[in-house]
Amino acid sequence: MLRDVHGPEPAAPRESLLYDPRLRGALYQAALLALIVVFAVAIVHNVAENLARNHITSGFGFLRDTAGFDISQTLIDYSSSTSTYARAFWVGLLNTLLVAGLGIVLATVLGLLVGVARLSGNWLVARTAGAYVTIVRNVPLLLHLLFWYNAVLKALPDFRNSLWLPGGGFLNNRGLFLPKPAFEGGAWPMVAAFAAGVVAAALWRTAAQRRLERTGREWPVALPMLAFVAVPPVIAALASGVGATWSFPQLGRFNVSGGAEVLPEFVALLVALSIYTAAFIAEVVRAGLMSVPVGQSEAAAALGLRRGQALRLVIIPQARRVIIPPLTNQYLNLTKNSTLAVAIGYPDLVQVFAGTVLNVTGQAVEVITITLAVYLVISLATSAAMNWYQARTALVQR
Amino acid sequence: MSGAAYVRREPAPRLAPPLTQVGALGWLRVNLFSSWLNTALTVVVLALLLWVLPPLVRFLFIDAVWSGSDRTACLATDGHEAGACWAFVRERLFYFIYGSYPVAERWRVDVFFALFAVSTGWLLWLDAPRRGLAAIVFFVALPVLSYVLLYGWPLIGLPVVDTSLWGGVLVTVVVTAVGIATSLPLGILLALGRRSEMPTVRFFSIAFIEFVRGVPLVTVLFMASVMLPLFVPPAWSPDKLIRALTGVMLFSAAYQAEVVRAGLEAIPRGQYEAARALGLGYWQMNALVVLPQALRITIPNIVNSVIALFKDTTLVFVAGIFDFLRTIEVARSDPKWATPVTSATGYAFAAIVYFVCCYGMARYADNVERRLARADRDGGRR
Repeated sequence: MLRDVHGPEPAAPRESLLYDPRLRGALYQAALLALIVVFAVAIVHNVAENLARNHITSGFGFLRDTAGFDISQTLIDYSSSTSTYARAFWVGLLNTLLVAGLGIVLATVLGLLVGVARLSGNWLVARTAGAYVTIVRNVPLLLHLLFWYNAVLKALPDFRNSLWLPGGGFLNNRGLFLPKPAFEGGAWPMVAAFAAGVVAAALWRTAAQRRLERTGREWPVALPMLAFVAVPPVIAALASGVGATWSFPQLGRFNVSGGAEVLPEFVALLVALSIYTAAFIAEVVRAGLMSVPVGQSEAAAALGLRRGQALRLVIIPQARRVIIPPLTNQYLNLTKNSTLAVAIGYPDLVQVFAGTVLNVTGQAVEVITITLAVYLVISLATSAAMNWYQARTALVQR
Repeated sequence: MSGAAYVRREPAPRLAPPLTQVGALGWLRVNLFSSWLNTALTVVVLALLLWVLPPLVRFLFIDAVWSGSDRTACLATDGHEAGACWAFVRERLFYFIYGSYPVAERWRVDVFFALFAVSTGWLLWLDAPRRGLAAIVFFVALPVLSYVLLYGWPLIGLPVVDTSLWGGVLVTVVVTAVGIATSLPLGILLALGRRSEMPTVRFFSIAFIEFVRGVPLVTVLFMASVMLPLFVPPAWSPDKLIRALTGVMLFSAAYQAEVVRAGLEAIPRGQYEAARALGLGYWQMNALVVLPQALRITIPNIVNSVIALFKDTTLVFVAGIFDFLRTIEVARSDPKWATPVTSATGYAFAAIVYFVCCYGMARYADNVERRLARADRDGGRR
């Protein structure tokens, strides 16, 4: 340092405060906040003015009013003359959950099959699965849905010329009619037996795991678990008389009586959602299985594991960590895509609530807010669960 | 040695491999019939294909009706079911392309299609000259020009064509194009906001992105079509197309933001630090150093989200817009063409169009991805 230590201190560089990054940051943030506040105030003001002009009172009180419209599929008691809008909301939400839940199961089964088929050594199987994925993914879901509804289900014969299904059901352009067991003895013994079976299956699995760790010997797991879950409800049903008598659908002169009626809208939505999402799940499964290095399969084979054992004990546990997060994402997509129900009139949450209720009451702000909140809660809860799962199963790096 | 009766002095000629190991037979054996399970699978899949494909080919080509002026052409003749009614598609083709756009003004749509094709091609062709200019053309000039062209400007002799008359491929292209041109810049801002050091900016970016990604597009479009008119002063009352476009833009921006964010996160810290060390400010750093690299490696993912957006444009019917699929829906329920095969024909046509477009874009994305991977391997040469 050549500076003369006794000389005058060099003046601090004269910088404008504007160049202080912290002050600038604060200014920018204040500006953004002010902008958002102004924006929000303007919107609230406009909404209030527009509502007042149209004589709509805001608030959630309308939920207690009588709905006065019919819904074509109700899982809980609902009648147009006595039920409230809130009840209609629950009917719609349950319909959404029903189609999404069943769709997730079907799409997962089909997607797993196709995903594994794409990696098959069989040329024809792999190519067919690849073609399925390419074709299905590159056509919009709405087109799938309209095709199944208008070109397949609505083009079925009318109910006079119904297609008979094995087992006593039939299919026509009014929907799918299936035999229904009479729940005279009540469904509770079956539900209880099912719950007991699930608990027993879980206990069996834990016991088998303990035995494996202690002695190195395996017990069969999958088949006994399936038996534990499936057998008790059947026994309970036989014992309590459920299913002893079945109500079969009958073709009348103008109508169908008896049995269980499944709406064509429901069938179309379920089929379209399952087929479409299965193509995406197949890709997820394929990517997951391919993410496990070949060395793992070879090492498993070198240890003397059979192909099935290698898959179950070595490959799948590692692939699962890669597959589960995007798989959950696909489940969420399926749930959100079930809103396409509006296109064919399946009474899901959006069709019933954001469609009919909104049109009848005109409470746009409240209805849309509730609808958005439902999907947001489902999405955020699933994301939170996924983050927890990922944190739990993350590889611990040494 | 001396006692040997016969000593071979030269190697025996090589035998040809067994017939079952090479050639077509060998291929079949290895690929289709390597085990009992594989043989069974092959038979099942073959049966499935034989069950699906021949009727499909017969419907689409062999039994298809190629010309005719109304439904009678496509009805079953002497008990023989007719195939696809392409005559219906041929007659309604202009409706599928232009919607109800006035016939005399349709040249404007054609010009728009040409402009759009040229500027998109310029932007997507990686070796094209002056691609920076292409971006300006696509994101600034094209929207302005298209608006004047399609909506009209009486001052220069283009009569106004109300958006309620627009339809078909025109609307699909407009929604997709406006969707990309608005959501990408917005998405970039949101991605930068999400990675910002300022807590307020970060909070609002994350809140917006997660909110939009958590709700279905149908509800966003519902919101845009019933709540947007409430949000603005009554005098503005946006028309249906604007409402749908707003919904699509906000929805797509959240997804683009996540795509861009992934690209930003792939850029090494050293690039940011080097830009800072050179004395570049925040915007200069992003515009000149970070974004050009991040966006380049993000092109495949951006194209993939454009494919998703393109498929999602079919949902704008919720806002009362007649996109390509909606025009098919309208046309297929026209009594003039009411036959048992009209719906299937319309959907087959739509499926082919959507498939060709989406598959083409997907192949483009694959190509860019392979090219980027190659560039990476060869040490950054493009």
